[in-house]
Amino acid sequence: MTAPRWDAAQLALALLSIDPVGLGGIVVRARVGPVRDAFLAELGSIHLPCRRIHPDISDEALFGGLDLSATLTAQKVVFSRGLMYEPAAIVLTMAERTAPTLAAKLAQAIDDIPHFTLVALDEGTDADERCPPALSERTAFRADLDGIGRMQTPPSDLPDPAVARALYPRVPATSQAIEALTALAARYGVDSLRAPLFALRAARAHAALFGRVSLVSDDIAAAAGLVYGHRATQMPTDEDEPQDDPPPPPDQDEADSPQGQDDDILDIPPEMLIEAVRAMLPEGMLETLVPAGTARGARGSGAGARRKGNRRGRPLPSRPGRLDGRARIDLVATLRAAAPWQPLRRKLSARKHRLLIHPSDIHVKRYEDRSDRLLIFTVDASGSAALARLAEAKGAVELLLAQAYARRDHVALIAFRGDGAQLLLPPTRSLVQTKRRLAALPGGGGTPLAAGLQAAGELADHARGHGLSPAIAVLTDGRANIALDGRADRVRAAEDAVRLGRWLRGSGVPGVVLDMGNRPARQLAELAAQMGARYLPMPRADAGRLSAAVGAALDG
Amino acid sequence: MTHPFPFSAIVGQDDMKLAMILTAIDPKLGGVLVFGDRGTGKSTAVRALAALLPPIQAVHGCPVNAANPADVPDWAGLETHEMAERPTPVVDLPLGVTEDRVTGALDIERALTQGEKAFQPGLLAQANRGYLYIDEVNLLEDHIVDLLLDVAQSGENVVEREGLSIRHPARFVLVGSGNPEEGELRPQLLDRFGLSVEVRSPNNIDDRIEVIKRRDAYETDAAKFLRKWGKEDTRLRDRILTARGFLGDIETRNPALRDCAELCMALGADGLRGELTLLRAGRALAAFDGAKSLGRAQLRRVAPLALSHRLRRDPLDEAGSATRVARTVTEVLG
Repeated sequence: MTAPRWDAAQLALALLSIDPVGLGGIVVRARVGPVRDAFLAELGSIHLPCRRIHPDISDEALFGGLDLSATLTAQKVVFSRGLMYEPAAIVLTMAERTAPTLAAKLAQAIDDIPHFTLVALDEGTDADERCPPALSERTAFRADLDGIGRMQTPPSDLPDPAVARALYPRVPATSQAIEALTALAARYGVDSLRAPLFALRAARAHAALFGRVSLVSDDIAAAAGLVYGHRATQMPTDEDEPQDDPPPPPDQDEADSPQGQDDDILDIPPEMLIEAVRAMLPEGMLETLVPAGTARGARGSGAGARRKGNRRGRPLPSRPGRLDGRARIDLVATLRAAAPWQPLRRKLSARKHRLLIHPSDIHVKRYEDRSDRLLIFTVDASGSAALARLAEAKGAVELLLAQAYARRDHVALIAFRGDGAQLLLPPTRSLVQTKRRLAALPGGGGTPLAAGLQAAGELADHARGHGLSPAIAVLTDGRANIALDGRADRVRAAEDAVRLGRWLRGSGVPGVVLDMGNRPARQLAELAAQMGARYLPMPRADAGRLSAAVGAALDG
Repeated sequence: MTHPFPFSAIVGQDDMKLAMILTAIDPKLGGVLVFGDRGTGKSTAVRALAALLPPIQAVHGCPVNAANPADVPDWAGLETHEMAERPTPVVDLPLGVTEDRVTGALDIERALTQGEKAFQPGLLAQANRGYLYIDEVNLLEDHIVDLLLDVAQSGENVVEREGLSIRHPARFVLVGSGNPEEGELRPQLLDRFGLSVEVRSPNNIDDRIEVIKRRDAYETDAAKFLRKWGKEDTRLRDRILTARGFLGDIETRNPALRDCAELCMALGADGLRGELTLLRAGRALAAFDGAKSLGRAQLRRVAPLALSHRLRRDPLDEAGSATRVARTVTEVLG
């Protein structure tokens, strides 16, 4: 029994090996395991040498440069050639941990010298951990292998791509195919124009794979499914009224295609293409589409979040170290370290009267940097916290973000309501993203305070791992009535909240609890004490006062 | 890729193309910022512009592309001062770049192997008299941004480090591109860009099809495609060159100046850089259009480019700033 997703992944890989550079590559979303290994074993069909890189790779290793250690040892200039020097299939492991800067550099390299194909191994566990969009944008395919069993992964029974590779340049792109693919991309809300180009190449590769020299509707459908499936941001609008709004029919008057063979695609039924893509939509996509309510489901990982400043800030004493292309050499300290050894080294060296520096003398500069702060707003969106309060919280988040230029703060927003908490805004400094997310914040339901605190604590841990200093601001009226396990139980709910408060204190996250109720609640003052946080009763606060109070409480 | 995609073959994106043409006519405009979604042709346009621009005359082998022998810095160590033609420099500033690489620094290779103190010029020297292109400018590290701000303002790069004391001219047109969803740009840097453009994917299906067709034609047979569009590119280059010649002759009468000032006042733009850029951009457009003097038609066209990024940010305002500028332009200029 084969899993359909495994078949799709294998087809994508076969197409990729026909035109590895033109199709850009593939993002493989899977945890480490036998299924991923089975898939990677087939990468050999791509006729390019495989180079594995990891997200912490230095620029020197990627792009080459002067190899200082080797230069000093050999006493002559030694250059290292970077990985990006030759054509290669670049396998990026742990792609979800790629910093935006590395992603941008790789993207630039891919744009500049078209001789790479990228295989990004995305091992992210939740939706927010994923391959940077700058890279997934430049790869045609995406294979999602999670949840496929080992027994469902038979070896590929597709025709040999080596044969198809010779045929591929002879498959022309027809204007009907271009029009059909572009129209389809628009209907699925795929904005980028790279996608139709990829789809066009994929269709041609698909035709070549099955030994044809002209495109037929099967090719178009397969390509559309593979390339648009994971890029779609909306469902085609005419779902309810099937015939009302078909895409512009392929223009039959325009006869710039000299080939007569492609008659059979003159009328590709649009429904068929739409079905082809729908079959490839990732599971759960509809749920993520509806609340976002935007044409674009772009989810940045919050840029700037991963800066670990070791190149700026307050200088520290320099240390012996290796030059890895990022560290800066402390020349004076290096010379000072080398100085006492000069007479000895001159005796041992064949060449006299020269400064002899060994790699072990090299000292690098170090800096201490205060990491950026992340403010996690944990907002009560329950029925009891009046909707007006929610509007104030939204206003405060936006105001704080507007000040973030000066204060270098990042902002995240968690809302809790009904039976759980939800991360509405991942850590970000982007006003554009914030506005979009805040506009869709819903309200109503019970008050799962404990779930909110838990989500905030987890996010704080996560942020700390990325070099930010998190702080939590809780906005609630304190009437917790949903326990951590989702049951409506006032006593348990309060106990759970206090327990999580203690946990937060233990993990050392500073915080502030803002009481938005009309009368100050004793319960919340207690919670704040457990959290080691400041307690601020704020009846009738407006957005301006709220943001001022949070700023003052956390700075103090 | 041997030759980039031709500039005139880019479908739509008129604002972006106009902004780039204007900076080519008057480099003193202070650069272009292109903000927009992925896959809208930002990088393509910048690289195409580089290929479009006419070559410059520079001293052969000079690290700062000096226009005459007197300007060649001492540290370059040039023996002969022959003039040579070279393409307009377009220098990419990669994101992870180090400070040393931007400003130039002690040549460590020579210092360590030969014991000499020599200056190795950086990207700012290379970009002199040309373009400095920063992709994903909003992700640039803060300390690099500080460096750029200083140099972009003064037109001179001063290096005082590791026992070196060197200054050299660094006048370049800053071109930045980025995606606002990935992070905001610091207001100080934003202000240094003369013009700003927001690009979106074309929402018209025919335009999109045309984009894909041209791109496909380019990739299938680049030489044929370039022959087809080369003429257009040459025509555009000639028009830019003619406009450069006329730029000094464009008359600016008092009513036009008053219009500029009124526009900026109505929009509440900070500082006077807005008026100056508006004026320069308007004049460049007049020269490009072949007009004799700066009129309202030109101001109306360039106002969104020159002013939309200079407004006070209002985080609660949903409408884009381009819309606000357009509204004010209609109110003030009628």
